[in-house]
Amino acid sequence: MADEANRQFAGLSDVSISEDIPVEGDISVPMGSSSSNRQRGGEDEFSTLDEPVKETILRDLRAVGSKFIHVLYPKRSSVLLRDWDLWGPLLLCVTLALLLQGGAADSEDQGGPQFAEVFVIVWFGSIIITLNSKLLGGTISFFQSLCVLGYCIMPLTAAMAVCRIVLVGGSGTVSFTVRLVVVTASFGWSTFASTAFLADNQPAGRKSLVVYPVFLFYFVIGWMVLTFSPSQ
Amino acid sequence: MASTNDPFQFQEFEEAGNLLEANRDATTISIEDDDMPERQRKAAGFTPDVDDEDPHTSDDNTELLSGQKKSAPFWTFEYYQRFFDIETHHVKERIIGSMLPWPGKNFIHVHLRRSPDLYGPFWICTTLVFALAISGNFSNFLLNSDKPNQKYSPQFGKVTIAATAIFSYAWFVPLALWGCLLWRNNKIMNSVSYSFIEIVCVYGYSLAIYIPAVVLWILPFEWLRWCSIVMALCLSGSVLVMTFWPAVREDYPKVIAAIMSAIVLLNVLLAVGCKAYFFSNPEEAALSPAPSAALELTKAPSAT
Repeated sequence: MADEANRQFAGLSDVSISEDIPVEGDISVPMGSSSSNRQRGGEDEFSTLDEPVKETILRDLRAVGSKFIHVLYPKRSSVLLRDWDLWGPLLLCVTLALLLQGGAADSEDQGGPQFAEVFVIVWFGSIIITLNSKLLGGTISFFQSLCVLGYCIMPLTAAMAVCRIVLVGGSGTVSFTVRLVVVTASFGWSTFASTAFLADNQPAGRKSLVVYPVFLFYFVIGWMVLTFSPSQ
Repeated sequence: MASTNDPFQFQEFEEAGNLLEANRDATTISIEDDDMPERQRKAAGFTPDVDDEDPHTSDDNTELLSGQKKSAPFWTFEYYQRFFDIETHHVKERIIGSMLPWPGKNFIHVHLRRSPDLYGPFWICTTLVFALAISGNFSNFLLNSDKPNQKYSPQFGKVTIAATAIFSYAWFVPLALWGCLLWRNNKIMNSVSYSFIEIVCVYGYSLAIYIPAVVLWILPFEWLRWCSIVMALCLSGSVLVMTFWPAVREDYPKVIAAIMSAIVLLNVLLAVGCKAYFFSNPEEAALSPAPSAALELTKAPSAT
């Protein structure tokens, strides 16, 4: 039986590449798009050192923008977690802190939160929530969690902008009701969005232990947004 | 010797059970995962041969598990992780147990059972800080809402003061109490001794009753505020007293009285102090216009 098998492969042992069969042909590496409208000067795709700065900035902006869209329609995707970045949270925090200025801060009364206080609350709060979820045995990494919590401030920042616009019209009961509704809705949206990303990485039986600090965090930010009163 | 079996043709090896039915005494080896041999043996219907490996490996495992938990040094993350080894229903039980004192049921023995946690104390204190600041703010707003040109000021700086007061109560008082109990333990052999984290845990959970009380204080009715303060004080005070009673009962009566009254007194001070500082009296706010009420409030803590 073995010699039968050998007979099937009998011819192969004699194969060798002889020198008089020329090996020729064209080996060309496909360089992607045609060279006519290429902006990069002939390097491979992994080195981005030579690309123009506009391209680099646009790529980062596109990444940030896509994450904003993921917060707007929160479903269980892993884009926010996989490619975390902290540009978006920084942008949102600065915007929120700037919008919270111009309150009764220059009067002798203890007015609204100062710029630094908003920063401290947002970043310190996010760090504490991240530490909490890691101590409870979560599998999410430190910066991923900071990224998620920071991006989910976006509804509250939008609510702050809306509140400032409403306050231009007046600050009576009607405007307070409108602001209350807007802030409550965006607070709920923020909590829901961040829970959709964070709660999956926790062991079961501890999910509400992780969600509660997030709820408290956005509640405090919502209170800061709601109680903003412009200087008269 | 030519057989019909082509050696290069893949042969399906039947399940061990089928093979065994042909030959009962044969030992079979299965290269699949560990539970497969069990299932196959059970399916074939005979008791497994000597499980040579399993008792020894399970002995090793139980030896490792039954020994004391490896305690990591305090500068590592794992050291603190064992204080967060808690589930949601544990936290709920502990909160309810701190609000409803049952005579004879010691909070530490019943609920903590040698596994204190830091999640509850920390987040209860944080919630209380924000509840205090927000409710105080809101009640002042409601009180002065009927005045003309009322400018709502969030008074954000009060959050810092509230945080300092509550967190120092929740950490320094247990530290002092633990030191005191340790000192008494040296003098008199007590049967019961509590660790520092357990005392912190009890104090943290005992503050849980104040959160609904603080929310109730928004309503500007003085009788309601005093009623809720007294109730909250009774409940949390009795939880604390019943918890620490076994630790001091073998001591001299004077020392017992001193320690117990110190516990209760500090609790009362915290509650009344918070109410006085963050929630202005409706009568004194009505008597004077809004700006001087704010001045009075800021003067009050320096006077007391």
